[in-house]
Amino acid sequence: MPRLLRVSGTALALLFALAALPTVASANDDLLKLEKDPNQWVTPLGNYAGTRYSALKQINAQNVKNLQPAWSFSTGVLRGHEGGPLVIGDTMYIHAPFPNTVFALDLAHNGKILWKYEPKQDPNVIPVMCCDTVNRGVAYGDGMIFLHQADTTLVALDAKTGKVAWTAKDGDPTKGETGTSAPLVIKNMVLIGNSGGEFGVRGHVTAYDTKTGKQVWRAYSMGPDADTLMDPDKTTALGKPVGKDSGISTWQGDQWKIGGGTTWGWISYDPETNLIYYGTGNPSTWNPVQRPGDNKWSMTIFARDADTGMAKWVYQMTPHDEWDYDGVNEMILTDQKFGGKDRKLLVHFDRNGFGYTLDRVTGELLVAEKYDPAVNWASKIDLKTGLPVRDKKYSTEANGEDTNSQGICPAALGSKDQQPAAYSPETGLFYVPTNHVCMDYEPYKVAYTAGQPYVGATLSMYPAPGGTNLGNFIAWDAEKGKIVWSIPEPFSVWSGALATAGGVVFYGTLEGYLKAVDAKTGKELYKFKTPSGIIGNINTFTSNGKQYVAVLSGVGGWAGIGMAAGLTNPNEGLGAVGAYQSLSQYTQLGGTLTVFALPD
Amino acid sequence: MPFRPFLFRAAVLTGSLIAIGGFAAATFAQDKSSDPAAGQQPAANAAAPAATDEEKPYHIAADGTVDWSVYNGFRRYNGICYVCHGPDGEGSTFAPALVNSLKTMSYDQFLDTVVNGKQDVGTANDKKMPALGSDPNVMCYINDIYAYLKARSDGAVGRGRPPKFEKKSEDYAKAENACMGTPG
Repeated sequence: MPRLLRVSGTALALLFALAALPTVASANDDLLKLEKDPNQWVTPLGNYAGTRYSALKQINAQNVKNLQPAWSFSTGVLRGHEGGPLVIGDTMYIHAPFPNTVFALDLAHNGKILWKYEPKQDPNVIPVMCCDTVNRGVAYGDGMIFLHQADTTLVALDAKTGKVAWTAKDGDPTKGETGTSAPLVIKNMVLIGNSGGEFGVRGHVTAYDTKTGKQVWRAYSMGPDADTLMDPDKTTALGKPVGKDSGISTWQGDQWKIGGGTTWGWISYDPETNLIYYGTGNPSTWNPVQRPGDNKWSMTIFARDADTGMAKWVYQMTPHDEWDYDGVNEMILTDQKFGGKDRKLLVHFDRNGFGYTLDRVTGELLVAEKYDPAVNWASKIDLKTGLPVRDKKYSTEANGEDTNSQGICPAALGSKDQQPAAYSPETGLFYVPTNHVCMDYEPYKVAYTAGQPYVGATLSMYPAPGGTNLGNFIAWDAEKGKIVWSIPEPFSVWSGALATAGGVVFYGTLEGYLKAVDAKTGKELYKFKTPSGIIGNINTFTSNGKQYVAVLSGVGGWAGIGMAAGLTNPNEGLGAVGAYQSLSQYTQLGGTLTVFALPD
Repeated sequence: MPFRPFLFRAAVLTGSLIAIGGFAAATFAQDKSSDPAAGQQPAANAAAPAATDEEKPYHIAADGTVDWSVYNGFRRYNGICYVCHGPDGEGSTFAPALVNSLKTMSYDQFLDTVVNGKQDVGTANDKKMPALGSDPNVMCYINDIYAYLKARSDGAVGRGRPPKFEKKSEDYAKAENACMGTPG
């Protein structure tokens, strides 16, 4: 409904007619209202803009030191627990890694189980999940909870009863396609992306009808314009039309068909422009020598029309990837002053180590600066061309197959992976969980077989030079492209951050600490060690007028794979696992929800 | 480079392997019409140490230089298998430590498991080993992977990347290209 209804006879008649009907608000209208209510947490990133900010302030910088666990809940599943809880009304919805159990918990009764859903999935999907059997959460809309299972099934569950309303199959796990990403409900559609970049899967985002599960549109990351939903004249890259079949022309032969560019990160949405934003992953294989060209549109930020999926603009951050720097990290939509003017911005902390600020309406590139000083694969990003200025020394393409390129920063895990950052409109700062890890990377020849790994490189990872800390939690100024403060952490910060109006920012650590820091200074105000390492995202909500903070712990995922892998030998050793090996001295596996509150 | 389907010649590997020099060899050929003798040189076999035994299928010089097979086994293992079996064969909660398994497992059993997979799924376990018999990235290098894991299992090679290794031989490269179906 347009916001300014002209009061004409017809409009009034229409208005009365509408008033007479029972409320049939679309899921979107519903969610647009709900996301403004800080008492609930209705989308995976807290709101469509993906800011992970809450206006709640009962818990503040003065009293957060008194925080304590109120109740906790075991998911009964080991392995990595990514994503976070949703809160709709007085019900909390949490999920687990494979087998992808979903629980509805009654907040009025310390998490009494209202219903539980556990899908039956073919265990063959387990070995085709690259980096632990994670799942990044469920979505709510239209009175339903949507679960994106490991085997790519999208299932709609009645939010009240857990009864299955419909299921839809998004992909084929026997070809290496899997599901790990959280869905997002927009209007009468539920959107999901796919996983499997290490199996030569071609990435896509698909919109399904929330009522029926019928496909509304599907947009591939590469391929002909009919697949990528691009208009050669109207879709732009840095202001210029992309041209015909841009998703094929930078690939050799048919390689785009197994080109990767999967879409396993987060989706954001701007209701005003009706555009969705997300990023695409690495091109397959990890051996760059085998796939010449820019490999468009892998490693790309996409802006698409929510209704049709048509691409409005694209920006490829890392053309012809040589390091596995997936571009899937969250897109945070903010309305901020930039150069003295109010701008509609998109801020993105890429795996490649650069923090990007763009105009989200036009796709103009405004800022691209390193958010970890260790980044060395490129000296800078040319704002005019959008191209990284690469250092040949760290080019695995230039060094070639069967050569071990050393000292590349960041590692393939990225300066940040999927763990989403937060933005506070009060401080104007972004709070970013980061990795501080470098790597050696040796690409070699691989052949493609459907459903079999298509990796093509061996990696070793270790802390960035000059220190032993594997992570930092930073505050970032997206206008200047500068770090404001930085807290070193012994391990990567692999947990989604939360910013609050109480002047407190929360994040979790791989050892298992939930930490609260001062939003202005980064000073640590509170910490509590949960039962396992935290790779989940923190949220906040109220129940019966009282503010709570909740997080899933359960170490695993890529950073924790050594842990999930149960390694007990902490001496030498390289690789991601090598770097994280001593983690086993701090924590063990196990999924638990911990809910915190101030004492009564 | 066009993607051509690989034909897995030794379809059922259990007990019916093309065994040469004491080693079973998996062969991939991208061109059925090519002369079988020339076109199907099994790379894995060509790469395997000539020696007699599957007991010690690796060579490590006095100064610690490992043969190419062991080095390549390290790379291939840590590019694919490690996702479940842990880096350097150390095992994980998903799958057993191969440094231990190979102490008792025969080469034939090893190959059988790799080719056909294995399943242990129940209330307490969700362990699932995929059948890798159709994957050239594994099967063309299976003897290298075996050599590496055997060397790890025997304690002859430590964790991480072997610092010193022999160069890839021309014969090996040729056989590799034939097996992988890629031009040199």
